[in-house]
Amino acid sequence: MAMISALALEICVVCVGIFLLMADAFYVHLDKRALAYGGIFGLLVVFAMTFFIEPVPKEYLAFYADDSLGIFFKRFALLGTILTLILSIEYAPVVERFIPGSKPGAGLGEFFVLPVFTCAGLMWMASAADFVMIFCALELVTISFYIQVAYMRKNQASLEAGTKYLILGALSTGFLVYGITWIYGMTGQTGLQKISGALLFFPQASQTALLFGIGLVLVALGFKVAAAPFQFWVPDVYQGAPTPVTAFLSVGSKAAGFVVLMRVIEPFLAVPVINAKLVAALQVLAGLTLIYGNLAAMPQTNLKRLLGYSSIAHAGYLLVGVASVGSPSAGRAIVFYLLGYLLMTFLAFLVLIPVAKAAGGDDIAHFNGLGRRAPGLALAMLISMLSLAGLPFTVGFLGKFFIFEAAMREQHYALVAIGVVTVACGFYYYLKVVRAMYWQPAPADAGPIEVSALTRFAATFLAALILIIGIFPKPILQILP
Amino acid sequence: MSMVSPLLFLILVPLVAIAFILVGSNARMTALIASVVNLVFVLALFAVYKQGEAPYQFLWSLPVIPSMGIALTLGADGLSLIMLLLAALVTVAAVAVSRTPEKNANWFYASLLFISAGGIGAFASIDLFFFYMFHELALIPTFLLIGIWGSGDRQAAAWKATIYLALGSFVLLLGLIGLYLIQPEGMRTFDLRAIIGMAEAGFLPDGNWVYLLLLIGFGILVSLFPFHTWAPQAYASAPAPAAMLHAGVLKKFGLYGLIRIAAPILPESVAAFSNLLLVLLVGNILYVGYVTISQRKLDWMLGYSSVMHMGYIFLGFAALNTLSLTGASLMLFAHGLSIAALFALSGELRERTGTLDFAELGGFAKPMPAFGLLFGFAAFAAIGLPGFVGFAGELLVFFGSFIGGEPSMGSINGKEIFALNNFQIATICAVWGVVISAVYMLRAYRRVFFGPLNDRWAGLPEISGLTRGAIVTLIVVMLVTGFFPSLLINFLQSASQVWP
Repeated sequence: MAMISALALEICVVCVGIFLLMADAFYVHLDKRALAYGGIFGLLVVFAMTFFIEPVPKEYLAFYADDSLGIFFKRFALLGTILTLILSIEYAPVVERFIPGSKPGAGLGEFFVLPVFTCAGLMWMASAADFVMIFCALELVTISFYIQVAYMRKNQASLEAGTKYLILGALSTGFLVYGITWIYGMTGQTGLQKISGALLFFPQASQTALLFGIGLVLVALGFKVAAAPFQFWVPDVYQGAPTPVTAFLSVGSKAAGFVVLMRVIEPFLAVPVINAKLVAALQVLAGLTLIYGNLAAMPQTNLKRLLGYSSIAHAGYLLVGVASVGSPSAGRAIVFYLLGYLLMTFLAFLVLIPVAKAAGGDDIAHFNGLGRRAPGLALAMLISMLSLAGLPFTVGFLGKFFIFEAAMREQHYALVAIGVVTVACGFYYYLKVVRAMYWQPAPADAGPIEVSALTRFAATFLAALILIIGIFPKPILQILP
Repeated sequence: MSMVSPLLFLILVPLVAIAFILVGSNARMTALIASVVNLVFVLALFAVYKQGEAPYQFLWSLPVIPSMGIALTLGADGLSLIMLLLAALVTVAAVAVSRTPEKNANWFYASLLFISAGGIGAFASIDLFFFYMFHELALIPTFLLIGIWGSGDRQAAAWKATIYLALGSFVLLLGLIGLYLIQPEGMRTFDLRAIIGMAEAGFLPDGNWVYLLLLIGFGILVSLFPFHTWAPQAYASAPAPAAMLHAGVLKKFGLYGLIRIAAPILPESVAAFSNLLLVLLVGNILYVGYVTISQRKLDWMLGYSSVMHMGYIFLGFAALNTLSLTGASLMLFAHGLSIAALFALSGELRERTGTLDFAELGGFAKPMPAFGLLFGFAAFAAIGLPGFVGFAGELLVFFGSFIGGEPSMGSINGKEIFALNNFQIATICAVWGVVISAVYMLRAYRRVFFGPLNDRWAGLPEISGLTRGAIVTLIVVMLVTGFFPSLLINFLQSASQVWP
């Protein structure tokens, strides 16, 4: 079997994207949905290719890490994008309503193609081992997200979300560049490996400047992963953006942010003095994020907004894992948690879109009586919510278990105590959805809910994975980096 | 190690029945058949279990997270078998007394079976991780049962219980992770047998904070004072079968866990915190006991009484000797059966009258003599009258706890005299607790069954059919094991080898 280098994966994804754009431009009469199916197919092929990777010689490509962590997150990005495209097909009628066009379906093309380019950016981020590379990949992701968030240009909320995201995203980019400048100024390097070499002989006196640089980078990445106190864009953007973009943003963008965070802090953790301060900063971030995300989620009545806050809350658990990276089990815990987060979040959105389309809104009240109206959808949502809450026999519980284990190993008892209380809060707001579905009566005028076969298949697949991995994680744990 | 453990079937039977119910087979019949099959299964296990050989039998193991020593390991010793019998008996009774709701009967029975499967799985697990996970299976079914089919302020009750139990279970999870982390690096495991082995070999360092986490975590689940406030409300609002299963089986999980884990592994920590536990359990017995007396509704009174009785079992655990732990184990069984019978009867009463307010009831012995007789038996069993297994349990707990702890000597005018230590004081409080429970049970009995009969209740139908059979069965089991407690105590010997 011919082996390929990891670089070829991103090139292929970009080619798929360009091909789809061309098809959109030149085949005027094409049903735009075909683009999405084409994208799904192309990305599935690339996904298959990830199993035939040949390592690139290190001296050849110092800015590019094709280690198992990188490959894992490339697969993660591909899977996330495929699911986003499935969501987009389901959501297309809503987008059409908010885009004026001479004929139906005009302007839908880019909605299906942009996620593919975002995917390429996410995959580059997964492998970025140099600050310049990190910056470029991050910008590719962020700029394509700006467009997607504001895509429904006749919809006030979508435009508002886009503006908010643009301004705060640009601000965080500024923090990132400024931080990189300081680190470059102090070490003379942008490559992470070279930086860790330079740190070996780093003078004690200049540490403050270096810490300043790291702090700025941490702020910028805090924006990307939605960590408190840099989370304020999240609820509005998540609620206003088209639903598939919300899902993609909350999973893809967050996961890439965490990979970069893990890679960036690694060289600095090797220096004992910096290590202590960095871990303390991460602990504070984690604690704040947990408290803010969970407490603010409790009074929410809109499900998309609730999922936005829940995404902050989960960033908090992940940050607890990052703050515990000293423990040998922390890396695996974070990766496992992210995988679980992808499964359960996309499952929630897969149910949300058809229900919201039928009910005409995405409030929790629109789920009233779903258990009787559509038992299958309700069951999928139940599994997703219970997994997000962290009930045993789901992947969400195991994720929390691994994170808490790593944190206790590192003796972060305060964080663990906060974590336990916030888990109890989580049970409240996730079970609010369960209550709506099973306790409340259905509204009298509720119509039937139509679900496409593809969505049905994807939801069944995700729900089954959540339970199977939750009960028997052995095979998955073996392939984790 | 046998090929496949019969215990696996015990867990799978309710789960398969749930699958059948959800695809549309007759919910009540399927649930009844599954629960009877399980009961027969458990009785067969009692017959097959070999006394005097390795304590854990019917072993079966499937590695799940090998790197952390987590495996789905099933096995049962005498104590597990007794708890499994309790779970199977109460499940049969709960399904038998259920009144099929008009809407969504399939969810109702599926939820009941889920709770049962969770309890059975927990009692059949040797691996602490799965022991924990199985218990949580019951959380959401309970939430749905109370929320959909409950009575009174059911929504508030369901929320409160669910959040309390979720919090308690995550505290417990931290305790279990702590127990994992204090093991020496490289040998860490969740296998209970291996951990007990390490503790006996002296490999485990001081685990005070681990014990505290376990005590609080299990304590919330068992409604230890002052973490008990979720329980009475939840049981008062829950439909009768749910209250039977939760109060009778699920709540025993916490004390079972303490007896199983803390007693053999962390005896020094248990002793170190015994004063704290004694204060809390006396709170359970006296404070909650007096609160129980003041209740004006039968369902709330039963809810509080189930909280109060946990105090005796905690006392048996705190004293930490073979006598008291044997008594505590017997009481787990005894209380599970008696509270299940009482909740079943009060549920029947609610179905007939629509109210459980003492002020509106009275004189029911006239239209329903058999009902009154059964309620009387169940109430006496709960008090711990001789002849019922509860008496044997209480007696052993009191004897065991009175000799618990260091003997304390005082002096008057230079002469050494015998003084009471804290265990003995707590035991005296607990004996007074028996009087308290006699007061509220007998008062309830008088208010419901004696006195003038209100005309609106003249035509109440007598208890009959399957319901009657189920409650009679529970009472007969309590009487038989009460007259011959050695039937159970013999089986406990296999478990008592590891007790301090």
